[in-house]
Amino acid sequence: MKKVVMSCVLLLAICMKLSAQGYTVGSVVQDFSLKNVDNKMLSPADFKSAKGFIVVFTCNTCPVAKDYENRIIALNTEYAPKGYPVIAINTNDAVASPGDSFAKMQERANEKNFSFPYLLDADQQITKRFGASHTPTVFILAKTNKGNVVEYTGAIDNDQDESNPSRSTFVKNAVNELINGKKPSVSKTKAVGCTVKWKKA
Amino acid sequence: MKFLFAILICLLSSRAGAQAKLLSLKDFDQRLANGKDTTFVINFWATWCAPCVQELPYFERLRKENKALPLQVLLISVDSRSKLEKLVNPFIKTHQIESEVYIFDEPDQQKFIDHVDKNWRGSVPATLVVNTASSRRSFYEREFSYEELKSLTINPE
Repeated sequence: MKKVVMSCVLLLAICMKLSAQGYTVGSVVQDFSLKNVDNKMLSPADFKSAKGFIVVFTCNTCPVAKDYENRIIALNTEYAPKGYPVIAINTNDAVASPGDSFAKMQERANEKNFSFPYLLDADQQITKRFGASHTPTVFILAKTNKGNVVEYTGAIDNDQDESNPSRSTFVKNAVNELINGKKPSVSKTKAVGCTVKWKKA
Repeated sequence: MKFLFAILICLLSSRAGAQAKLLSLKDFDQRLANGKDTTFVINFWATWCAPCVQELPYFERLRKENKALPLQVLLISVDSRSKLEKLVNPFIKTHQIESEVYIFDEPDQQKFIDHVDKNWRGSVPATLVVNTASSRRSFYEREFSYEELKSLTINPE
Protein backbone atom coordinates (compact mmCIF):
# COMPACT_ATOMS: atom_id res chain seq x y z
CA MET A 1 0.00 0.00 0.00
CA LYS A 2 2.73 2.34 1.07
CA LYS A 3 4.54 1.60 -2.18
CA VAL A 4 1.43 2.40 -4.23
CA VAL A 5 0.94 5.70 -2.43
CA MET A 6 4.60 6.53 -2.92
CA SER A 7 4.48 5.81 -6.64
CA CYS A 8 1.30 7.89 -6.99
CA VAL A 9 3.00 10.80 -5.25
CA LEU A 10 6.03 10.35 -7.49
CA LEU A 11 3.88 10.18 -10.62
CA LEU A 12 2.02 13.31 -9.56
CA ALA A 13 5.29 15.10 -8.92
CA ILE A 14 6.58 14.11 -12.36
CA CYS A 15 3.33 15.28 -14.00
CA MET A 16 3.49 18.60 -12.17
CA LYS A 17 7.07 19.02 -13.20
CA LEU A 18 6.22 18.34 -16.84
CA SER A 19 3.37 20.82 -16.87
CA ALA A 20 5.65 23.41 -15.29
CA GLN A 21 8.09 22.84 -18.13
CA GLY A 22 5.56 23.57 -20.87
CA TYR A 23 4.68 21.62 -23.98
CA THR A 24 6.18 18.23 -24.69
CA VAL A 25 5.79 15.81 -27.58
CA GLY A 26 2.08 15.01 -27.85
CA SER A 27 0.85 18.29 -26.30
CA VAL A 28 -1.95 20.10 -28.16
CA VAL A 29 -0.91 23.72 -28.65
CA GLN A 30 -3.41 26.41 -27.80
CA ASP A 31 -3.62 28.93 -30.66
CA PHE A 32 -1.95 32.28 -30.03
CA SER A 33 -1.75 35.65 -31.69
CA LEU A 34 1.35 37.85 -31.58
CA LYS A 35 2.55 41.00 -33.31
CA ASN A 36 4.74 40.38 -36.33
CA VAL A 37 7.58 42.69 -37.45
CA ASP A 38 5.16 44.08 -40.08
CA ASN A 39 3.00 45.37 -37.19
CA LYS A 40 0.16 42.94 -37.96
CA MET A 41 -1.10 40.35 -35.53
CA LEU A 42 -0.46 36.80 -36.65
CA SER A 43 -1.44 33.36 -35.41
CA PRO A 44 -0.82 29.80 -36.60
CA ALA A 45 -4.55 29.56 -37.42
CA ASP A 46 -3.98 32.14 -40.19
CA PHE A 47 -1.97 29.60 -42.18
CA LYS A 48 -4.94 27.83 -43.76
CA SER A 49 -2.99 25.54 -46.06
CA ALA A 50 -0.14 24.66 -43.69
CA LYS A 51 0.27 21.05 -42.61
CA GLY A 52 2.24 22.09 -39.58
CA PHE A 53 4.81 24.56 -38.30
CA ILE A 54 8.44 24.91 -37.38
CA VAL A 55 8.16 27.21 -34.36
CA VAL A 56 11.57 28.64 -33.45
CA PHE A 57 12.10 30.49 -30.18
CA THR A 58 15.00 32.77 -30.90
CA CYS A 59 16.20 36.35 -30.50
CA ASN A 60 18.48 39.00 -32.00
CA THR A 61 21.25 38.91 -29.45
CA CYS A 62 22.16 35.33 -28.52
CA PRO A 63 25.34 34.28 -30.33
CA VAL A 64 24.07 30.72 -30.67
CA ALA A 65 20.77 31.93 -32.16
CA LYS A 66 22.76 34.13 -34.54
CA ASP A 67 24.87 31.14 -35.58
CA TYR A 68 21.63 29.41 -36.53
CA GLU A 69 19.97 32.35 -38.31
CA ASN A 70 20.91 31.25 -41.83
CA ARG A 71 19.83 27.71 -41.07
CA ILE A 72 16.43 29.01 -39.86
CA ILE A 73 16.05 30.98 -43.11
CA ALA A 74 16.98 27.86 -45.08
CA LEU A 75 14.43 25.77 -43.17
CA ASN A 76 11.66 28.15 -44.21
CA THR A 77 12.85 28.25 -47.81
CA GLU A 78 12.82 24.48 -47.97
CA TYR A 79 9.76 23.61 -45.91
CA ALA A 80 7.24 26.47 -46.29
CA PRO A 81 6.42 25.26 -49.82
CA LYS A 82 6.01 21.74 -48.41
CA GLY A 83 3.48 22.92 -45.82
CA TYR A 84 5.76 23.49 -42.81
CA PRO A 85 6.52 27.22 -42.57
CA VAL A 86 8.80 28.69 -39.91
CA ILE A 87 7.28 30.91 -37.24
CA ALA A 88 10.03 32.67 -35.26
CA ILE A 89 9.24 34.12 -31.84
CA ASN A 90 11.54 36.46 -29.93
CA THR A 91 11.62 35.26 -26.33
CA ASN A 92 13.46 38.15 -24.72
CA ASP A 93 12.24 41.10 -22.70
CA ALA A 94 13.33 44.37 -24.28
CA VAL A 95 14.22 45.94 -20.91
CA ALA A 96 16.35 42.99 -19.81
CA SER A 97 17.88 42.81 -23.29
CA PRO A 98 17.65 46.12 -25.19
CA GLY A 99 19.03 44.52 -28.37
CA ASP A 100 15.82 42.51 -28.54
CA SER A 101 13.36 45.44 -28.74
CA PHE A 102 10.61 45.43 -31.37
CA ALA A 103 12.48 48.07 -33.42
CA LYS A 104 15.63 45.93 -33.33
CA MET A 105 13.62 42.88 -34.37
CA GLN A 106 12.31 44.81 -37.38
CA GLU A 107 15.83 45.91 -38.21
CA ARG A 108 17.13 42.35 -38.04
CA ALA A 109 14.27 40.92 -40.11
CA ASN A 110 14.96 43.57 -42.75
CA GLU A 111 18.72 43.10 -42.81
CA LYS A 112 18.47 39.34 -43.12
CA ASN A 113 15.41 39.49 -45.36
CA PHE A 114 13.39 37.09 -43.19
CA SER A 115 10.86 35.29 -45.36
CA PHE A 116 8.96 34.12 -42.26
CA PRO A 117 7.14 35.91 -39.45
CA TYR A 118 9.26 37.11 -36.52
CA LEU A 119 6.89 37.64 -33.64
CA LEU A 120 7.11 39.76 -30.50
CA ASP A 121 6.13 37.94 -27.29
CA ALA A 122 5.88 41.15 -25.29
CA ASP A 123 4.68 39.64 -22.00
CA GLN A 124 6.60 36.38 -22.62
CA GLN A 125 3.40 34.36 -22.08
CA ILE A 126 3.84 32.21 -25.19
CA THR A 127 7.49 31.50 -24.38
CA LYS A 128 6.33 30.39 -20.92
CA ARG A 129 3.41 28.38 -22.27
CA PHE A 130 5.67 26.43 -24.61
CA GLY A 131 8.32 26.13 -21.90
CA ALA A 132 11.19 27.45 -24.00
CA SER A 133 14.08 28.03 -21.62
CA HIS A 134 16.79 29.06 -24.03
CA THR A 135 17.38 30.24 -27.57
CA PRO A 136 17.31 28.77 -30.12
CA THR A 137 14.68 26.13 -29.32
CA VAL A 138 12.40 24.47 -31.87
CA PHE A 139 8.91 23.01 -31.54
CA ILE A 140 7.64 21.23 -34.64
CA LEU A 141 3.84 21.16 -34.75
CA ALA A 142 1.62 19.02 -36.94
CA LYS A 143 -1.90 20.13 -37.77
CA THR A 144 -4.45 17.48 -36.78
CA ASN A 145 -8.19 17.53 -36.17
CA LYS A 146 -7.39 17.89 -32.45
CA GLY A 147 -5.37 21.02 -33.20
CA ASN A 148 -1.65 21.64 -33.58
CA VAL A 149 0.19 18.79 -31.88
CA VAL A 150 3.85 18.96 -30.79
CA GLU A 151 5.86 16.33 -32.68
CA TYR A 152 9.40 17.43 -31.86
CA THR A 153 11.16 19.68 -29.35
CA GLY A 154 14.77 20.71 -29.15
CA ALA A 155 17.72 21.70 -31.27
CA ILE A 156 17.98 22.49 -34.99
CA ASP A 157 20.99 20.18 -35.32
CA ASN A 158 23.94 19.05 -33.20
CA ASP A 159 26.59 21.19 -34.86
CA GLN A 160 26.41 24.79 -33.70
CA ASP A 161 29.51 26.09 -35.44
CA GLU A 162 29.14 23.87 -38.51
CA SER A 163 32.42 22.13 -37.89
CA ASN A 164 31.15 18.56 -37.84
CA PRO A 165 30.50 17.07 -41.28
CA SER A 166 28.62 14.13 -39.74
CA ARG A 167 26.10 16.38 -38.02
CA SER A 168 22.53 15.22 -37.39
CA THR A 169 20.03 17.65 -38.86
CA PHE A 170 17.32 16.94 -36.29
CA VAL A 171 14.67 19.40 -37.47
CA LYS A 172 15.05 18.58 -41.15
CA ASN A 173 14.88 14.86 -40.42
CA ALA A 174 11.77 15.28 -38.27
CA VAL A 175 9.92 17.43 -40.83
CA ASN A 176 10.87 15.06 -43.66
CA GLU A 177 9.44 12.18 -41.68
CA LEU A 178 6.23 14.09 -40.95
CA ILE A 179 5.87 14.96 -44.64
CA ASN A 180 6.21 11.25 -45.40
CA GLY A 181 3.41 10.45 -42.97
CA LYS A 182 5.70 9.14 -40.24
CA LYS A 183 6.33 10.18 -36.65
CA PRO A 184 9.76 11.72 -36.10
CA SER A 185 12.14 8.94 -35.06
CA VAL A 186 14.02 11.44 -32.89
CA SER A 187 11.48 13.66 -31.17
CA LYS A 188 13.43 15.25 -28.32
CA THR A 189 16.94 16.65 -28.43
CA LYS A 190 19.03 19.07 -26.42
CA ALA A 191 21.70 21.63 -27.19
CA VAL A 192 23.23 24.54 -25.35
CA GLY A 193 21.80 27.98 -25.82
CA CYS A 194 21.28 31.37 -24.16
CA THR A 195 18.91 31.63 -21.25
CA VAL A 196 15.69 33.50 -22.00
CA LYS A 197 16.06 37.08 -20.75
CA TRP A 198 12.99 37.28 -18.50
CA LYS A 199 11.27 40.49 -17.52
CA LYS A 200 12.57 41.54 -14.11
CA ALA A 201 9.86 41.43 -11.48
CA MET B 1 70.54 33.24 -10.42
CA LYS B 2 68.83 30.15 -9.01
CA PHE B 3 66.18 32.44 -7.59
CA LEU B 4 65.56 34.03 -10.96
CA PHE B 5 65.35 30.61 -12.50
CA ALA B 6 62.74 29.60 -9.92
CA ILE B 7 60.70 32.68 -10.69
CA LEU B 8 60.89 31.90 -14.37
CA ILE B 9 59.72 28.33 -13.75
CA CYS B 10 56.87 29.63 -11.62
CA LEU B 11 55.84 32.10 -14.27
CA LEU B 12 55.99 29.49 -16.98
CA SER B 13 54.09 26.88 -15.01
CA SER B 14 51.38 29.31 -13.91
CA ARG B 15 50.99 30.40 -17.51
CA ALA B 16 50.79 26.81 -18.62
CA GLY B 17 48.09 26.23 -15.97
CA ALA B 18 45.89 28.97 -17.35
CA GLN B 19 44.74 26.93 -20.31
CA ALA B 20 41.64 24.94 -21.01
CA LYS B 21 42.02 21.18 -21.17
CA LEU B 22 39.83 18.56 -22.75
CA LEU B 23 37.97 16.39 -20.25
CA SER B 24 36.31 13.09 -21.07
CA LEU B 25 33.00 12.31 -19.39
CA LYS B 26 34.64 9.27 -17.81
CA ASP B 27 37.44 11.35 -16.25
CA PHE B 28 34.83 13.86 -15.09
CA ASP B 29 32.87 11.13 -13.28
CA GLN B 30 36.01 9.67 -11.81
CA ARG B 31 37.23 12.98 -10.48
CA LEU B 32 33.93 13.56 -8.70
CA ALA B 33 33.68 9.98 -7.42
CA ASN B 34 37.18 10.16 -5.95
CA GLY B 35 36.51 13.51 -4.31
CA LYS B 36 35.64 12.08 -0.87
CA ASP B 37 34.56 15.06 1.24
CA THR B 38 35.51 17.63 -1.39
CA THR B 39 32.71 19.89 -2.54
CA PHE B 40 32.98 20.40 -6.28
CA VAL B 41 31.46 23.57 -7.63
CA ILE B 42 31.20 23.05 -11.38
CA ASN B 43 30.13 25.95 -13.50
CA PHE B 44 29.06 25.52 -17.12
CA TRP B 45 29.68 28.65 -19.15
CA ALA B 46 30.62 29.90 -22.60
CA THR B 47 32.68 32.77 -23.95
CA TRP B 48 29.59 33.91 -25.91
CA CYS B 49 27.30 33.92 -22.86
CA ALA B 50 27.11 37.38 -21.26
CA PRO B 51 25.53 36.36 -17.92
CA CYS B 52 28.15 33.59 -17.63
CA VAL B 53 31.00 36.01 -18.18
CA GLN B 54 29.48 38.24 -15.54
CA GLU B 55 29.35 35.55 -12.87
CA LEU B 56 32.71 33.88 -13.56
CA PRO B 57 34.49 36.21 -11.10
CA TYR B 58 32.18 34.94 -8.33
CA PHE B 59 33.50 31.42 -8.86
CA GLU B 60 37.06 32.70 -8.82
CA ARG B 61 36.35 34.58 -5.61
CA LEU B 62 34.64 31.57 -4.02
CA ARG B 63 37.74 29.48 -4.64
CA LYS B 64 40.19 32.13 -3.46
CA GLU B 65 38.29 32.93 -0.28
CA ASN B 66 37.87 29.29 0.73
CA LYS B 67 41.25 27.81 0.11
CA ALA B 68 41.22 26.22 3.58
CA LEU B 69 38.09 24.22 2.78
CA PRO B 70 37.85 21.02 0.75
CA LEU B 71 36.34 22.94 -2.14
CA GLN B 72 37.25 22.77 -5.80
CA VAL B 73 35.99 24.98 -8.57
CA LEU B 74 35.85 23.59 -12.10
CA LEU B 75 34.85 25.85 -14.97
CA ILE B 76 33.58 23.79 -17.88
CA SER B 77 33.17 25.74 -21.09
CA VAL B 78 30.44 24.62 -23.48
CA ASP B 79 32.17 26.38 -26.36
CA SER B 80 32.88 23.97 -29.20
CA ARG B 81 36.10 22.02 -28.93
CA SER B 82 37.23 23.77 -32.10
CA LYS B 83 37.19 27.08 -30.16
CA LEU B 84 39.61 25.96 -27.44
CA GLU B 85 42.71 27.62 -28.90
CA LYS B 86 40.99 30.42 -30.76
CA LEU B 87 38.53 31.67 -28.13
CA VAL B 88 38.69 29.93 -24.78
CA ASN B 89 42.41 30.17 -24.05
CA PRO B 90 42.64 33.87 -24.99
CA PHE B 91 39.55 34.47 -22.83
CA ILE B 92 41.20 32.78 -19.84
CA LYS B 93 44.19 35.02 -20.33
CA THR B 94 42.38 38.34 -20.70
CA HIS B 95 40.05 37.60 -17.78
CA GLN B 96 42.95 36.28 -15.69
CA ILE B 97 41.08 33.12 -14.73
CA GLU B 98 43.06 30.90 -12.38
CA SER B 99 40.52 28.15 -11.75
CA GLU B 100 40.72 24.94 -13.74
CA VAL B 101 39.02 25.31 -17.12
CA TYR B 102 37.84 22.39 -19.25
CA ILE B 103 35.93 21.59 -22.39
CA PHE B 104 34.22 18.22 -22.59
CA ASP B 105 35.92 15.93 -25.05
CA GLU B 106 32.50 15.07 -26.47
CA PRO B 107 31.33 16.75 -29.67
CA ASP B 108 27.68 15.81 -29.14
CA GLN B 109 26.27 18.44 -26.77
CA GLN B 110 23.24 16.31 -26.03
CA LYS B 111 25.45 13.57 -24.62
CA PHE B 112 27.19 15.77 -22.09
CA ILE B 113 24.04 17.72 -21.22
CA ASP B 114 22.19 14.54 -20.23
CA HIS B 115 25.32 13.14 -18.61
CA VAL B 116 25.69 16.14 -16.31
CA ASP B 117 22.02 16.23 -15.37
CA LYS B 118 18.86 14.85 -16.98
CA ASN B 119 17.01 18.02 -16.00
CA TRP B 120 19.48 20.34 -17.72
CA ARG B 121 17.60 21.83 -20.65
CA GLY B 122 20.73 23.30 -22.20
CA SER B 123 20.80 26.89 -20.92
CA VAL B 124 23.98 28.44 -19.64
CA PRO B 125 25.03 29.48 -17.10
CA ALA B 126 24.37 26.33 -15.12
CA THR B 127 26.08 25.04 -12.00
CA LEU B 128 26.46 21.59 -10.49
CA VAL B 129 27.45 21.11 -6.85
CA VAL B 130 28.72 17.65 -5.92
CA ASN B 131 29.93 16.16 -2.67
CA THR B 132 30.46 12.43 -2.84
CA ALA B 133 30.86 11.90 0.93
CA SER B 134 27.51 13.53 1.69
CA SER B 135 25.86 12.21 -1.50
CA ARG B 136 25.05 15.72 -2.57
CA ARG B 137 24.38 16.44 -6.21
CA SER B 138 22.50 19.68 -6.85
CA PHE B 139 22.02 21.19 -10.28
CA TYR B 140 21.03 24.77 -10.95
CA GLU B 141 20.14 26.02 -14.43
CA ARG B 142 20.47 29.71 -13.65
CA GLU B 143 22.87 32.50 -12.76
CA PHE B 144 23.89 33.43 -9.24
CA SER B 145 24.88 36.43 -7.20
CA TYR B 146 28.04 35.91 -5.16
CA GLU B 147 26.02 35.70 -1.94
CA GLU B 148 23.72 33.03 -3.38
CA LEU B 149 26.64 31.03 -4.65
CA LYS B 150 28.36 31.20 -1.30
CA SER B 151 25.30 30.16 0.68
CA LEU B 152 24.70 27.20 -1.65
CA THR B 153 28.22 25.87 -1.48
CA ILE B 154 29.73 26.80 1.87
CA ASN B 155 27.97 25.09 4.78
CA PRO B 156 24.69 24.56 2.97
CA GLU B 157 21.70 23.55 5.10
